[in-house]
Order: sequence, then C-alpha cells, then structure tokens
Amino acid sequence: MRPEVDIVHEPGVAKPDPVLTIDGMRRAFGGLQAVDIAHLEVQRNTITSIIGPNGAGKTTLFNLLTGFDTPDAGHYALDGRLLVGIPAHRVAQRGMVRTFQLTKVLPRLTVLENMLVAAKTQPGASLRGAIVGGWHGAERQNQDQASEILERFGLAAMTDEFAGRLSGGQRKLLEMARALMVMPTVVMLDEPTAGVNPVLIQSLLEHIKDLRESGMTVLFVEHDMDVVQSISDWVVVLAEGHVIAEGPPGVIARNPEVIEAYLGRHRGEDVA
Amino acid sequence: MDWLQILAAGVLAAIGPITAAYALSAIGLNLQFGYAGLLNFGHVAFMLVGAYGMVMTVEFGGPLWLGIIVGIAAAMLLGLLLGIPTLRLRADYFAITSIAVAEVIRLVVRSSWAEPLTGGVFGYQGFAGDFHALNPFPVTELYGFGQFVVTGRSLWVIVVGWSLVLLATLLVARLIRSPWGRVLRAIREDEDATRSVGKNVFGYKLQALMIGGAIAGVAGILLALDQQSIYPDAFEPRVTFILFVMVILGGAGTIWGPILGAALFNFLFFMTDALMARLQANVDWIGDLLSPAEAGLIKYILVGVALMLLMVFRPQGLLGRREDGRDAS
Repeated sequence: MRPEVDIVHEPGVAKPDPVLTIDGMRRAFGGLQAVDIAHLEVQRNTITSIIGPNGAGKTTLFNLLTGFDTPDAGHYALDGRLLVGIPAHRVAQRGMVRTFQLTKVLPRLTVLENMLVAAKTQPGASLRGAIVGGWHGAERQNQDQASEILERFGLAAMTDEFAGRLSGGQRKLLEMARALMVMPTVVMLDEPTAGVNPVLIQSLLEHIKDLRESGMTVLFVEHDMDVVQSISDWVVVLAEGHVIAEGPPGVIARNPEVIEAYLGRHRGEDVA
Repeated sequence: MDWLQILAAGVLAAIGPITAAYALSAIGLNLQFGYAGLLNFGHVAFMLVGAYGMVMTVEFGGPLWLGIIVGIAAAMLLGLLLGIPTLRLRADYFAITSIAVAEVIRLVVRSSWAEPLTGGVFGYQGFAGDFHALNPFPVTELYGFGQFVVTGRSLWVIVVGWSLVLLATLLVARLIRSPWGRVLRAIREDEDATRSVGKNVFGYKLQALMIGGAIAGVAGILLALDQQSIYPDAFEPRVTFILFVMVILGGAGTIWGPILGAALFNFLFFMTDALMARLQANVDWIGDLLSPAEAGLIKYILVGVALMLLMVFRPQGLLGRREDGRDAS
C-alpha cells in the first residue's frame, strides 16, 4: 500500500490485491469474545501492523490464522484458498509462517539444525525417505540456503552453537531466519521486538523491511508505537476483538477512536 | 569369599540373554523418550503384546516365523491405538494414559475370562522348541573360561539377542541421523515451533511410538524365547521403570546409551545380588543383621542411591553431552 494508492481509511476496506482475507471470524473463550472481525483484507507485499491494547485479540487472531486455534465461525483465505480447519503444519506448508511472542527456538539443536528442520524441500524428512536414503543432495542445497540466510541475519558465527546458547535477541533473529527456510509468502511476527535491546531492534527492523523488498507480506503484532510508525505501510487497530480502525500509520495516530481505545474514554474531559 | 565368582555373576548377567532383551527394549524406549520426548510409561505393554502375539500364534498351531510377525504387528497396532487418541494431547496426558493402558492389558491377559486364549495367570510354557531346534551350538557344551562360562543353549540366545540389538541400533542410528530424526529431536524441544515450520508433529510422534513399540515387541519375543515361559506378571510396570533407568543411565538421546545402560545396570544389579548373598552367608555381623531375604533387597536400595547420584552429578547420563545448552534455556 504505497501512499499514492488511494484507499479509504475505514475498517474492513477492500484492497487492490489482498493476500489474506478474513470474513466473519469469531472466537470466544467462555463469555469473552476474543476475536470478532466482520471483514479484513491484508494487501500483498506490505508491512501491516496489528496494534491494540492488551487483550484486544491480536495473538488470538494470529493463532486462528495459522491453525493453532480454531474459530467458532468465519471464513479466511490465503491467496484465495480457504484456511478454515487446516492444521497448523499445513498452513505453514501453504506459505504462511509465524513466530511466537515467547520465542521458540529448539535449544538442544544447533543453530544450523534449527534452520534445516524448517527446510521446505527434504525427502529425508519422511520416514520412507529416511530409510531409503538419497536425501544428501537436498541437504546440501538446504545447508547453502541456511548459511546464506544466517549470514544475512548476522548469525553465521553461531552456526554450530546450540540454539540454547543464544541471547534473547539472537533467538528472535534465529526464529525469523528459520521461518524463511519455509519459503513463505506471508510472515507473521508476534511482537518481534519484545525483550530485544534497542541496538538490535534497528537491525531487526531492517530485516523486516528486507522481507517486504524480497516480495513477502509481513503481518506483525507490535506494542512499540515508534516501531509501528517507522516501518508499517498499513496499520490495523484491534480493540476488544473488533477492527476499530485501519489506515496508514500517520492517519491512525491521529484517529480519535484509536486514542480513546488506548488511553481510555475520559481523556480530555474535565476531571474536576 | 570368591571375588571372581561375584564378578562373574555380574559379567554373565551383563552379556546374557535378559540384558540383550532389555537393551533391545531400551533402544525402542530411547527412540520414543530420548529422541521424540514421548513419556511412554507403558513401554512394557509393547513387550507383553509382542511376546503374547508370538506365543499365542505358536500355541494355536502357527509356525514360529508367523508368530514373530504377528507379535511385531501387534506391538505396532498397540502403538497406533494408543497414539491416535492421546498424542494430540499434552505430553502428560499421554504419560498417564500409557501407564493405564499397559496395566489394563496386563490385567485383561491374566483374567480368568481371557484364560482360554492367554493361559491366564500361568501363561504358557514350552513353546520355543522350534527356536531352540535351530541352535547350532551343542546345548550342554560350556563356552568361555574359568568362572565365565555359558551353556550352548544360552549362547544361542545371546548370539541372536545381541545381533538383534545391533540391528536395532543401526536402524535407529540411520533414522536419527536423517532429516526425519532431526524433526523428531525438534519435536522433543518444542512441538509448537516444529509445527509452525510445517511439520506434522502428530504423524512423527505416531511413527516414533510405533517403531519404538515394534522394537520393544521384538524384545518381548526374545525374552519369551529365552525363558520358554510367559506369564502376565512378568510385565509389571516395574519393567518400564527399569528400562527408563537404563536409558537415563546410559544417556537418553544417544545411540549407544541404552545398550551401555542396560549392560551396566544388570552388571551392578546382579553383582550386588551375588555379593550380598555371600556377605550374608559368610560375614557374621552381616548375617546377624540381615536375613537372606533382606540381603536380597539391598540391591534395590543401591540402584536407588546410584540413580540419585547420577541425577545430581551427571543428569545427561554417561554418554550424554553436558553442553547441550539446556542450562541456558
């Protein structure tokens, strides 16, 4: 969504080339309606941020979209193919890969092994392939791909270290690098900057921009408004499970409903 | 006191048919627990099902080779039936269900209701004639030197048993060093992370459970062939926990760990047994202190103490690597 593209800044607006579409998605936990989205589209090849106060349903939305949770109702599709009822591993195989708010590396596997587990093409990953053999060619190709990505993410020196030895920020990087091994079209990052020191945040943001430059769509949940303002093409605001606003970051920051959702209803009212 | 005799008791146990069967079963458990992270507390059921599958086929007139196939197939079927409802759930549910299922199977097999099929509490004896007929060694001949001798009958089971152990080790090594094995280790580390990069975690866990179960089934068959006798109470939950001790002692998630663990465990266990029996008989104050039965229990205490020391000083087992990063996570 480059600025020159003219799209109305209202919730559920249609996009020229949506990669992800959501219709009537609802998920309740007991009496709490965690997610209730009438319509939402995510434009291809953009960085779209999802923001909202705590408990707005951001992570639940991620879980639903990636098959880690099942909605009570609704349709949602990746590239026009329905994702409803598709298990998490098949969602990833179709090209939508997520990371986790609490980073999940595989501590007792080396950094390289963390990457190779995610490799998209590997006949030896099936039981038959493992017994028959003949997977070493694919392994070499995957290793080359992994080395190249690790180089890009500044983790090349750690290749043979156990992932459990990495610092918190390095784990975030590894998790993102690993997601790329699946060769995704959509990358979903759940709070990629949480717990990362400010110096590393800058390089992390550059990596996120690189993903867009190489043709991927990035959808990410973020709390840090400076981060959101600096790299998002489009911002979707969730509150109490609903999309209450969407638009370019500059417009969203001035939206009174958003300010109200974040800061409470009584802002600006006379306290006395 | 004949120290050599005490040592021989340990050594002969460590290389004997029973250790081979336990090592085999431990290899299966290691695939499930050491590599895939499955807390299979019902491992003994796979041995039971394998052994009974073989014995019942033979008892009802089938040939031995068919019995072996039936036994292995039954163990894999148990893995399928146990895995499908439970492996989608959290790890602790699987652990609880597996031990319950193992006990239910044992109780059903020993019930009078199932007696026409299973032989009830007394099971079956003398079904392994075909197996021992294949023995190329003269049955009563002694092999070895000094105190360290086995009969030709034993030697046959030892040769077959340890060959199977080697085969199973080669199979597991091939699997684990493949990308398939890497996915298995990834599942042990974090299921959701593995799922998020497009791997069917449930399918891999089911495969690991069934392959490990099949290996345990072979172990059960081997045990039955060696003992020429099978009865349900030989498959109490205790067996599973001895197997866990063996795997952890040798090093869970290592190729040779379960074999080293089984051999070392039985070496210490039977040597302590022989030592305590002789001390009780020959040393006056120990004889006054402990009855023969009480002396026989000392070995269990020592196993417990040894396991505690292992957990404190070398939690990764004898062959495990310390710098596996688990302290940092």
